[in-house]
Amino acid sequence: MEAILQAIYDGIIDGNKDQVTAKVQEALDSGLPPEIILNQGMVAAMTEVGRLFEEGEYFVPEMLVAARAMQAGLALLKPKLVQADVKAAGKVVAGTVKGDLHDIGKNLVCMMLEGASFEIIDLGSDVSPEQFVEAVQAHKADIVAMSALLTTTMPNMKVTIDALKAAGIRDKVKVMVGGAPVTPEFAREIGADGTAPDASQAVTLAKSLIGI
Amino acid sequence: MTRRILQRAVELKQETLVLEFEQLYELTQYPHWGAYVTSDIKEVMEEFNRTHGVKSALRVTIADIRDKERPPRMRSGEPMQAMLKAFDQCAAAGADILSIESTGGKELTDRALLDGDLGGLVYGLGVLAANDMAYLWDHIVEIAHRHRVIAGGDTACGFANTAMQLAHQRMLPKVLAAVVRLMAAPRSLVAIERGATGPLKDCAYENPILKAISGVPISMEGKTSACAHSSPYGNLAAAVCDLWSNESVQDVKLLSGYTPEIFTEMLIYDCRLMNTALRQNAGGIMRDLLVQSDHKMDIQSLVMDLEVCFEAARRIKESGADSYARTLAMTRLALEVLMKAYQDNVVEFSRSETRWLKQLNEAVQSLPTEPGELRNHLKAEYISLFIPAEYGLWN
Repeated sequence: MEAILQAIYDGIIDGNKDQVTAKVQEALDSGLPPEIILNQGMVAAMTEVGRLFEEGEYFVPEMLVAARAMQAGLALLKPKLVQADVKAAGKVVAGTVKGDLHDIGKNLVCMMLEGASFEIIDLGSDVSPEQFVEAVQAHKADIVAMSALLTTTMPNMKVTIDALKAAGIRDKVKVMVGGAPVTPEFAREIGADGTAPDASQAVTLAKSLIGI
Repeated sequence: MTRRILQRAVELKQETLVLEFEQLYELTQYPHWGAYVTSDIKEVMEEFNRTHGVKSALRVTIADIRDKERPPRMRSGEPMQAMLKAFDQCAAAGADILSIESTGGKELTDRALLDGDLGGLVYGLGVLAANDMAYLWDHIVEIAHRHRVIAGGDTACGFANTAMQLAHQRMLPKVLAAVVRLMAAPRSLVAIERGATGPLKDCAYENPILKAISGVPISMEGKTSACAHSSPYGNLAAAVCDLWSNESVQDVKLLSGYTPEIFTEMLIYDCRLMNTALRQNAGGIMRDLLVQSDHKMDIQSLVMDLEVCFEAARRIKESGADSYARTLAMTRLALEVLMKAYQDNVVEFSRSETRWLKQLNEAVQSLPTEPGELRNHLKAEYISLFIPAEYGLWN
């Protein structure tokens, strides 16, 4: 890997925001295409962060620090990506379902998806089916990502899927669900397209759902 | 559910028990709903007392609905008023014990947990949580006295158990969860200082520390709460309990019946064993076996060893009346215990856990003794997470 891309990669792994922003600027100034900087420097680094998390070497704090370093670099890169017409990997509308205020898991998934170059529309927690539908329509989302931590709020995942059907957009969007009580069987029963056990595997799932 | 639980108690000749009705958000938001359910449950309990002689008490745990807004209004908002009405109406409807798993400071500590930020955790627990506990429990104790019911107690569930669960899911290091466990004790103690008399809430694994200081009875959960969550000290948690609990269990049918009465049976057998040990003067042996079966099996159980709990109680007393000083003392004690266990090879510390142990040990050295000074050093984004006036703090 080119030295400057390696420096960006290492800076993200180490959560060194200053190094990342300095080296992204240097890479841009040197004429490196923005999508190369993004994919080989940044997305590759977040993929490695995900691997380190799955292996138990990193925990959420390290992932957050890495994600923030990436976001700092991305802030410099975004205008150039827009100019070069480089698109996000996909658009994800994310939220914790109606009646549920737990958002830690959902926030982690959003962070990792952003690290994998997805555009995230985070609706927060206690999100009604109608809000999910409106957001999918407004943003032409590729994926809906729903989270629930309570067995009493899980049923709202199906209610949301039914709302997507009623709005005539269920076939235009993939639905992934997650949270401690969510099982693959439950995901299948309610008609979701998949579930992942943690934030890192949620990225793998999201990519597979949209065929990248 | 109540009827099935009490029927199982009758079948197993269990003469006394406490049932807990822990409210979901809506049952507190609309207090009359929670009161209606309370009186329904109590009616069944009284029926079983008349017909079978079962003596039972009902703990009603009100939901902390202030948590829904961010930043939350802990004192001035509608949610606080609804909560106080809920306490009042449930006490009138038949609750014998009033409790809550209050969340003052959680808007900061959740964020600090995910950042692994010790300063944020100390401020969140030692200042915000403690201030909120004092304010809230003054009201709860007044309501309890007015209705001649028991002001039971609070729990650091939303802090220390959150950390424990995130550690179980490998999102956080166990060393951090262990430190937060001890850090949470001073905040829970405030309820007792304002008049709560116990039995303290079951999900407060920090209860042995509070019992050592105050002598109040404690409810504990451990292995029998595996239906709700895993814990690294399933036996140790029972060592000095006065009530033994199963947390909450999903109401599903298994071969021998529905899960609430199945877990009731498991608790009854555990209590039978513990009471037999007491009657035969083997209580100390039973206690020690429960401790020794767990205390070196996990990083987190190291800090719940009864010897550590006693030392924690001693250091809290030594720290004086200030919750910040006490919380800082608990942070230091937890890291001393963990460092010693690491150096003595008592428990396995993985490479990542070791890295975190050393990081936290370094971080605690620079925590100031004055909360005002710590506040000046908190990350800027942390300050916007809470409303100082809602904690009786002024800018």
